[in-house]
Amino acid sequence: MHRRALVKGLATLLSLGLLPLNLYARAVAAFTAEQAADVYRELFGSAAILPSDRIHIKAPEIAENGAVVPITVSTDLANTQSISVVIDENPNPLSGTFYLTEDSAPEFSLRVKMGRSSTIRALVRTADGVYMSGRQVKVTIGGCGG
Amino acid sequence: MAGVAAEYFLEAIVIKPIRLRGKIKNGIAEVKALLPHPMETGARVDSEGALVPAHYIEEVVCQRNGEMVLRAEWGASVSKDPYFSFKLHNSTVGDKITISWTDNLGDTATGDITLA
Repeated sequence: MHRRALVKGLATLLSLGLLPLNLYARAVAAFTAEQAADVYRELFGSAAILPSDRIHIKAPEIAENGAVVPITVSTDLANTQSISVVIDENPNPLSGTFYLTEDSAPEFSLRVKMGRSSTIRALVRTADGVYMSGRQVKVTIGGCGG
Repeated sequence: MAGVAAEYFLEAIVIKPIRLRGKIKNGIAEVKALLPHPMETGARVDSEGALVPAHYIEEVVCQRNGEMVLRAEWGASVSKDPYFSFKLHNSTVGDKITISWTDNLGDTATGDITLA
Protein backbone atom coordinates (compact mmCIF):
# COMPACT_ATOMS: atom_id res chain seq x y z
CA MET A 1 0.00 0.00 0.00
CA HIS A 2 3.01 2.27 -0.36
CA ARG A 3 1.61 3.86 -3.48
CA ARG A 4 -1.58 4.94 -1.71
CA ALA A 5 0.48 6.49 1.07
CA LEU A 6 2.54 8.32 -1.51
CA VAL A 7 -0.54 9.56 -3.34
CA LYS A 8 -2.04 10.70 -0.08
CA GLY A 9 1.19 12.47 0.82
CA LEU A 10 1.28 14.20 -2.55
CA ALA A 11 -2.34 15.21 -2.18
CA THR A 12 -1.52 16.78 1.16
CA LEU A 13 1.42 18.66 -0.32
CA LEU A 14 -0.79 19.81 -3.17
CA SER A 15 -3.46 21.03 -0.81
CA LEU A 16 -0.80 23.01 1.03
CA GLY A 17 0.28 24.53 -2.26
CA LEU A 18 3.76 23.06 -1.95
CA LEU A 19 3.81 21.35 -5.33
CA PRO A 20 3.27 23.20 -8.61
CA LEU A 21 1.63 20.22 -10.31
CA ASN A 22 -1.70 21.82 -11.03
CA LEU A 23 -0.54 23.93 -13.97
CA TYR A 24 -3.63 23.14 -16.02
CA ALA A 25 -7.12 22.71 -14.65
CA ARG A 26 -8.84 19.70 -16.20
CA ALA A 27 -12.21 20.42 -17.81
CA VAL A 28 -13.89 18.13 -15.25
CA ALA A 29 -17.49 19.20 -15.89
CA ALA A 30 -17.07 18.64 -19.64
CA PHE A 31 -15.86 15.08 -19.02
CA THR A 32 -18.67 14.22 -16.59
CA ALA A 33 -21.41 15.75 -18.78
CA GLU A 34 -23.88 13.17 -20.10
CA GLN A 35 -25.20 15.07 -23.12
CA ALA A 36 -23.16 16.40 -26.03
CA ALA A 37 -24.84 19.81 -25.67
CA ASP A 38 -23.60 20.04 -22.09
CA VAL A 39 -20.09 19.16 -23.23
CA TYR A 40 -20.19 22.04 -25.72
CA ARG A 41 -21.40 24.46 -23.08
CA GLU A 42 -18.69 23.41 -20.62
CA LEU A 43 -15.95 23.64 -23.22
CA PHE A 44 -17.00 26.68 -25.21
CA GLY A 45 -19.56 28.58 -23.13
CA SER A 46 -22.05 30.35 -25.37
CA ALA A 47 -19.74 30.52 -28.39
CA ALA A 48 -21.45 29.65 -31.68
CA ILE A 49 -20.39 26.28 -33.10
CA LEU A 50 -20.23 26.41 -36.89
CA PRO A 51 -20.23 23.37 -39.18
CA SER A 52 -17.02 23.09 -41.20
CA ASP A 53 -15.92 20.93 -44.12
CA ARG A 54 -12.32 21.76 -43.28
CA ILE A 55 -12.29 19.28 -40.40
CA HIS A 56 -11.59 15.73 -41.49
CA ILE A 57 -12.53 12.65 -39.49
CA LYS A 58 -11.35 9.25 -40.60
CA ALA A 59 -13.22 6.42 -38.93
CA PRO A 60 -14.62 3.06 -40.00
CA GLU A 61 -18.22 3.14 -41.26
CA ILE A 62 -18.87 -0.05 -39.34
CA ALA A 63 -16.87 -0.88 -36.21
CA GLU A 64 -17.11 -4.55 -35.35
CA ASN A 65 -15.60 -4.00 -31.93
CA GLY A 66 -16.75 -0.85 -30.14
CA ALA A 67 -13.94 -1.23 -27.61
CA VAL A 68 -11.35 -0.18 -30.18
CA VAL A 69 -12.47 2.26 -32.86
CA PRO A 70 -9.52 3.89 -34.65
CA ILE A 71 -10.05 7.53 -35.62
CA THR A 72 -7.88 10.16 -37.25
CA VAL A 73 -8.81 13.81 -36.95
CA SER A 74 -7.20 16.63 -38.88
CA THR A 75 -8.08 20.13 -39.96
CA ASP A 76 -6.76 22.77 -42.31
CA LEU A 77 -8.43 25.57 -40.36
CA ALA A 78 -5.86 28.21 -39.46
CA ASN A 79 -4.67 28.97 -35.93
CA THR A 80 -6.06 25.82 -34.35
CA GLN A 81 -5.88 25.93 -30.57
CA SER A 82 -7.60 22.72 -29.54
CA ILE A 83 -9.42 19.72 -30.97
CA SER A 84 -12.03 17.83 -28.95
CA VAL A 85 -13.53 14.43 -29.75
CA VAL A 86 -17.18 13.92 -28.78
CA ILE A 87 -19.13 10.65 -29.17
CA ASP A 88 -22.81 11.56 -28.84
CA GLU A 89 -24.17 8.23 -27.62
CA ASN A 90 -21.48 7.42 -25.04
CA PRO A 91 -22.47 7.77 -21.35
CA ASN A 92 -19.93 10.61 -21.13
CA PRO A 93 -19.69 11.95 -24.68
CA LEU A 94 -16.35 13.77 -24.35
CA SER A 95 -13.45 11.44 -25.15
CA GLY A 96 -10.64 13.94 -25.13
CA THR A 97 -9.30 17.36 -25.94
CA PHE A 98 -5.92 17.98 -27.55
CA TYR A 99 -4.39 21.37 -26.83
CA LEU A 100 -2.03 22.33 -29.62
CA THR A 101 0.95 24.63 -29.82
CA GLU A 102 2.44 26.29 -32.89
CA ASP A 103 4.68 23.24 -33.32
CA SER A 104 2.01 20.53 -33.12
CA ALA A 105 0.21 19.78 -36.36
CA PRO A 106 -3.61 19.79 -36.11
CA GLU A 107 -3.72 16.08 -36.82
CA PHE A 108 -3.79 13.03 -34.58
CA SER A 109 -4.89 9.41 -34.46
CA LEU A 110 -6.49 7.78 -31.45
CA ARG A 111 -8.52 4.70 -30.57
CA VAL A 112 -11.78 5.20 -28.72
CA LYS A 113 -14.55 3.13 -27.13
CA MET A 114 -18.10 3.34 -28.40
CA GLY A 115 -21.01 1.94 -26.40
CA ARG A 116 -23.18 1.79 -29.51
CA SER A 117 -23.63 3.34 -32.94
CA SER A 118 -23.12 7.08 -32.75
CA THR A 119 -21.95 10.22 -34.43
CA ILE A 120 -18.30 10.97 -33.69
CA ARG A 121 -17.65 14.70 -33.70
CA ALA A 122 -14.51 16.75 -33.82
CA LEU A 123 -14.76 20.26 -32.42
CA VAL A 124 -11.99 22.64 -33.33
CA ARG A 125 -11.34 25.84 -31.49
CA THR A 126 -9.36 28.36 -33.50
CA ALA A 127 -8.43 31.97 -32.87
CA ASP A 128 -11.63 32.85 -34.81
CA GLY A 129 -14.23 30.57 -33.25
CA VAL A 130 -15.44 27.02 -32.78
CA TYR A 131 -16.04 24.64 -35.70
CA MET A 132 -17.45 21.15 -35.86
CA SER A 133 -17.68 18.16 -38.13
CA GLY A 134 -19.19 14.74 -37.55
CA ARG A 135 -19.17 11.21 -38.90
CA GLN A 136 -21.57 8.35 -38.26
CA VAL A 137 -20.07 5.07 -37.04
CA LYS A 138 -22.10 1.88 -36.73
CA VAL A 139 -21.07 -0.39 -33.89
CA THR A 140 -21.75 -4.11 -34.02
CA ILE A 141 -20.60 -4.98 -30.48
CA GLY A 142 -20.53 -2.19 -27.88
CA GLY A 143 -17.28 -1.44 -26.12
CA CYS A 144 -18.03 0.19 -22.83
CA GLY A 145 -17.94 -3.05 -20.88
CA GLY A 146 -21.08 -4.29 -19.27
CA MET B 1 -17.09 -1.09 -0.44
CA ALA B 2 -19.34 -4.04 -1.32
CA GLY B 3 -19.68 -4.62 -5.02
CA VAL B 4 -16.08 -3.77 -5.84
CA ALA B 5 -13.97 -6.68 -7.06
CA ALA B 6 -11.59 -7.91 -4.37
CA GLU B 7 -8.58 -8.10 -6.66
CA TYR B 8 -8.69 -4.36 -7.14
CA PHE B 9 -7.69 -3.84 -3.56
CA LEU B 10 -4.40 -5.56 -4.32
CA GLU B 11 -1.58 -3.60 -5.86
CA ALA B 12 -1.51 -6.19 -8.58
CA ILE B 13 -1.85 -4.04 -11.66
CA VAL B 14 1.53 -3.85 -13.35
CA ILE B 15 1.61 -1.15 -15.98
CA LYS B 16 4.08 -1.72 -18.78
CA PRO B 17 6.36 1.09 -19.98
CA ILE B 18 5.37 3.58 -22.68
CA ARG B 19 6.47 2.58 -26.18
CA LEU B 20 7.40 5.28 -28.67
CA ARG B 21 8.36 5.41 -32.31
CA GLY B 22 9.27 8.48 -34.29
CA LYS B 23 10.40 9.41 -37.75
CA ILE B 24 11.21 12.68 -39.47
CA LYS B 25 10.32 13.74 -42.96
CA ASN B 26 10.87 17.27 -44.25
CA GLY B 27 11.12 18.70 -40.75
CA ILE B 28 7.90 17.09 -39.60
CA ALA B 29 8.20 14.41 -36.94
CA GLU B 30 5.55 11.73 -36.73
CA VAL B 31 5.39 10.21 -33.29
CA LYS B 32 3.50 7.02 -32.49
CA ALA B 33 2.87 6.28 -28.85
CA LEU B 34 1.52 3.23 -27.08
CA LEU B 35 0.63 3.91 -23.45
CA PRO B 36 -0.23 0.63 -21.68
CA HIS B 37 -3.04 1.32 -19.21
CA PRO B 38 -6.27 -0.50 -18.22
CA MET B 39 -8.49 2.53 -19.01
CA GLU B 40 -11.35 1.25 -16.87
CA THR B 41 -14.50 3.34 -17.26
CA GLY B 42 -15.93 2.48 -13.85
CA ALA B 43 -18.99 0.98 -15.56
CA ARG B 44 -17.56 -2.43 -16.39
CA VAL B 45 -18.69 -5.47 -14.43
CA ASP B 46 -16.18 -8.29 -13.94
CA SER B 47 -16.85 -12.04 -14.24
CA GLU B 48 -18.09 -12.19 -10.63
CA GLY B 49 -20.59 -9.40 -11.16
CA ALA B 50 -18.63 -6.75 -9.31
CA LEU B 51 -18.10 -3.25 -10.63
CA VAL B 52 -14.51 -2.52 -11.65
CA PRO B 53 -13.47 0.92 -10.36
CA ALA B 54 -12.65 3.70 -12.81
CA HIS B 55 -8.95 3.82 -13.67
CA TYR B 56 -7.92 5.84 -16.68
CA ILE B 57 -5.37 8.30 -18.00
CA GLU B 58 -6.54 11.88 -17.52
CA GLU B 59 -3.68 13.85 -18.97
CA VAL B 60 -0.95 13.30 -21.53
CA VAL B 61 1.87 15.78 -22.01
CA CYS B 62 4.33 15.74 -24.88
CA GLN B 63 7.57 17.68 -24.65
CA ARG B 64 10.26 18.26 -27.23
CA ASN B 65 13.68 18.98 -25.77
CA GLY B 66 11.97 19.85 -22.50
CA GLU B 67 9.43 22.24 -23.97
CA MET B 68 5.74 21.34 -24.03
CA VAL B 69 4.47 20.94 -27.59
CA LEU B 70 1.18 19.10 -27.07
CA ARG B 71 -1.12 18.41 -24.16
CA ALA B 72 -4.21 16.24 -24.06
CA GLU B 73 -6.99 15.64 -21.55
CA TRP B 74 -8.63 12.25 -21.88
CA GLY B 75 -11.75 10.61 -20.53
CA ALA B 76 -12.33 6.92 -19.82
CA SER B 77 -13.63 6.34 -23.37
CA VAL B 78 -10.15 6.29 -24.83
CA SER B 79 -9.49 2.61 -25.55
CA LYS B 80 -7.50 0.32 -23.27
CA ASP B 81 -3.73 0.57 -23.81
CA PRO B 82 -4.13 3.90 -25.65
CA TYR B 83 -2.41 4.28 -28.96
CA PHE B 84 -2.11 7.72 -30.41
CA SER B 85 0.00 9.43 -33.00
CA PHE B 86 0.66 13.04 -33.81
CA LYS B 87 2.94 15.27 -35.85
CA LEU B 88 5.35 18.01 -34.82
CA HIS B 89 6.54 20.78 -37.11
CA ASN B 90 10.07 22.21 -36.99
CA SER B 91 11.62 18.95 -35.82
CA THR B 92 15.21 17.88 -36.39
CA VAL B 93 17.26 14.73 -35.95
CA GLY B 94 18.38 14.46 -32.33
CA ASP B 95 15.26 16.06 -30.88
CA LYS B 96 14.22 14.33 -27.67
CA ILE B 97 10.49 13.63 -27.47
CA THR B 98 9.12 12.90 -24.00
CA ILE B 99 5.61 11.67 -23.28
CA SER B 100 4.13 11.42 -19.84
CA TRP B 101 0.70 10.56 -18.51
CA THR B 102 -1.15 11.05 -15.24
CA ASP B 103 -4.15 8.92 -14.37
CA ASN B 104 -7.17 9.48 -12.14
CA LEU B 105 -5.44 7.73 -9.23
CA GLY B 106 -2.49 10.09 -9.42
CA ASP B 107 -0.08 7.59 -10.95
CA THR B 108 2.26 8.72 -13.70
CA ALA B 109 4.59 7.28 -16.30
CA THR B 110 7.10 8.82 -18.67
CA GLY B 111 8.83 7.61 -21.81
CA ASP B 112 11.13 9.24 -24.31
CA ILE B 113 12.70 8.78 -27.71
CA THR B 114 15.41 10.58 -29.63
CA LEU B 115 14.48 11.26 -33.23
CA ALA B 116 16.90 9.65 -35.66
